[in-house]
Amino acid sequence: MIGLQHYLTLSAMLFVLAIAGIVINRRNLILLLMCIELMLLAVNFNFIAFSRHLGDETGQVFVFFILTVAAAEAAIGLAILVVLFRNRRSINVDELNTMKG
Amino acid sequence: MYPYYLTIVLAPLFAAIVAGFFGKQIGRAGAHWITILAVGLSCLLSAYVLYQLYWGGAEPENISVYTWAVTDGLRMEIGFLVDRLTALMMVVVTFVSLMVHIYTIGYMHDDPGYSRFFSYISLFTFSMLMLVMSNNFLQLFFGWEAVGLVSYLLIGFWFKRETAIVANLKAFLVNRVGDFGFLLGIAAVVMFTGTLDYAEVFASRDSIAAQSIEVFGGTAWNAMTVICILLFIGAMGKSAQAPLHVWLPDSMEGPTPISALIHAATMVTAGIFMVARMSPLYELSEVALATVIVIGAITALFMGLLGIVQNDIKRVVAYSTLSQLGYMTVALGASAYGAAVFHLMTHAFFKALLFLAAGSVIIAMHHEQDIRKMGGLRKYMPITYWTSLIGTLALIGFPGSSGFYSKDLLIEAVRDSHWLSTDAWVYWIACLSVLLGVFVTALYSFRMFFLVFHGKERMDAKTRSHLHETPAVVTVPLILLAVPSAVIGWITVEPILFGGFFGESIVVGESHDALAKLGEHWHGSLALLLHAPVTPVFWLAVAGTATAWYLYLVRPEIPGKIVERFSSAYKLLVNKYYFDDLYMKGFAGAGRSIGKVLWEKGDQRLIDGMLVNGTANSVGRLAGVLRQLQTGYLYTYAFAMIIGLTMFLGWLVWFR
Repeated sequence: MIGLQHYLTLSAMLFVLAIAGIVINRRNLILLLMCIELMLLAVNFNFIAFSRHLGDETGQVFVFFILTVAAAEAAIGLAILVVLFRNRRSINVDELNTMKG
Repeated sequence: MYPYYLTIVLAPLFAAIVAGFFGKQIGRAGAHWITILAVGLSCLLSAYVLYQLYWGGAEPENISVYTWAVTDGLRMEIGFLVDRLTALMMVVVTFVSLMVHIYTIGYMHDDPGYSRFFSYISLFTFSMLMLVMSNNFLQLFFGWEAVGLVSYLLIGFWFKRETAIVANLKAFLVNRVGDFGFLLGIAAVVMFTGTLDYAEVFASRDSIAAQSIEVFGGTAWNAMTVICILLFIGAMGKSAQAPLHVWLPDSMEGPTPISALIHAATMVTAGIFMVARMSPLYELSEVALATVIVIGAITALFMGLLGIVQNDIKRVVAYSTLSQLGYMTVALGASAYGAAVFHLMTHAFFKALLFLAAGSVIIAMHHEQDIRKMGGLRKYMPITYWTSLIGTLALIGFPGSSGFYSKDLLIEAVRDSHWLSTDAWVYWIACLSVLLGVFVTALYSFRMFFLVFHGKERMDAKTRSHLHETPAVVTVPLILLAVPSAVIGWITVEPILFGGFFGESIVVGESHDALAKLGEHWHGSLALLLHAPVTPVFWLAVAGTATAWYLYLVRPEIPGKIVERFSSAYKLLVNKYYFDDLYMKGFAGAGRSIGKVLWEKGDQRLIDGMLVNGTANSVGRLAGVLRQLQTGYLYTYAFAMIIGLTMFLGWLVWFR
């Protein structure tokens, strides 16, 4: 029987994978965006799991909102990425260090 | 008499302001006319005041003109104390000043700073009058510093000459040393009496003498001794007594009229005047009097010796001034204040004369001052020659001249002083110095006189062809000064020294009164004159003159041989006993090395290096470490955010 803790474990694994992706990935900004999406999905998993476990649909409504916002955010993120690529001819994360002190 | 006093003081000040600030508007002639008229007015009125005080039966006046401030019961006033001592000084100061004013027209004829010069010497006259007419210590100090300031300005009058600037700085600094003592002396007077007024201080002199003060831990000094010695340190600075004499020879960098007025006749005698004025105080302190007489004796003899080796015409006269000031100081120390002031007066006339004559020679020689390049000037400059002769004879104390009466009686007063019975050491130092000094004085005076006016003509042909007597504005003051130099001693010796001229203004203790002892044997000027050939003083002067005559006219090659033979002694004299080296390397050098340590170690290393730049450097270093955190990579920030989030969550879960 698949219980709550399995879902939570999966969610935590996805989240840690996403963090690892952000930290380890040094090449591609798109991967970074995808990792952020992955973190949101991990959170969504949690919402759904708790919603099912507690018998409360509010959590599932939250998931819709989050998906919507995530879609919008991905669109803005990709737009910024395109502008960045036009300006710098690169989306290599290692080269994006203009904020260095 | 009050309006007269104000006029006497303020007329030169007014002229100085007009000539100083409006010199361009009134022109050169305007500048000299206004200052000469003002000083002439002062001179006439001073003479009138003296006349009134001596013949007119006027009483000495002590008036307060203006109260400047009252603080804690201490009144700071401007006032005049005019008695015969003051009046005599006023006449001497204004008369010599007037002569110098007239002479300056000729001497500074084509100097660009003409009106500035007249402004300064008028300002000097004002300051000196403020000094001598003062009735309190504050105004005395004002005059004291004001004459010092004008002296500074005038020594450095040719401010483009480096030597002149060094000399005026030196004069100022050395005088600071003296003035520091002087100021402490005034402070001590205020501490013990609570007043600055002369009359009140003199009235409480017994109570001062009864008190004592600890100067250095543990040793109690008599308060009067401390006050008198401190005041005398001021006098040592101003009157150039050893070891604070070093500034006076260098002050000869100034124009010659200044050397005559300030550095021979008036300002340098301010110290003598001050001690004479403070005679009620000095009489109560044997230690202070012993200090005064020993310092004076050292100055009188040893500064005279330096005059023998100098080759600059003005410097010879300057060393002779030092030596004569030493004589006056010896008289002060012997409690013969009257003799000191009398010598001050005659010296003012004949030394001003000698300086102005030296200036006349300098004009004729086209500003050549080296006596080795002169000689035989007698036939070119008869007036300068004869007036110089009178001045030189007065200086060596030739019988009949003014210097004879003042110096001879000064020496006799020292001989009869109370020191023989109280302290034989002091007595013999003073006696020997003043006696040997007579020989030395005659030697250097006539050495200069012979080298300048007699012997071979050693100047170059071009200078010789231009040699002629100087114009009337130069020679008239010479003649006017030569007259008192010759005769004033004869006329005034009896009233001033033995006629009770000074009255209440000079107080001498019963047992100290050497002049009164001399007075018992006084039979008039003529008797003293006839007595001269049997005194050692006369024969010492003759011997000095003869030595000079033999060495510099008969056998001019001998001095060179003496120099070779006694080269170490000669070196000592040429280097002025190494006083300058001592001060430059000792005091100034020590000051500079302390300054260097403070500058390099204290300022550059500690303050700049550690405190100022150090703060900036450590902030910079810390920032250098911290900036490593700001990589600029997105993932670092994200990672930091996640770490932070995890930590907060952990804290929330486990510690709440």
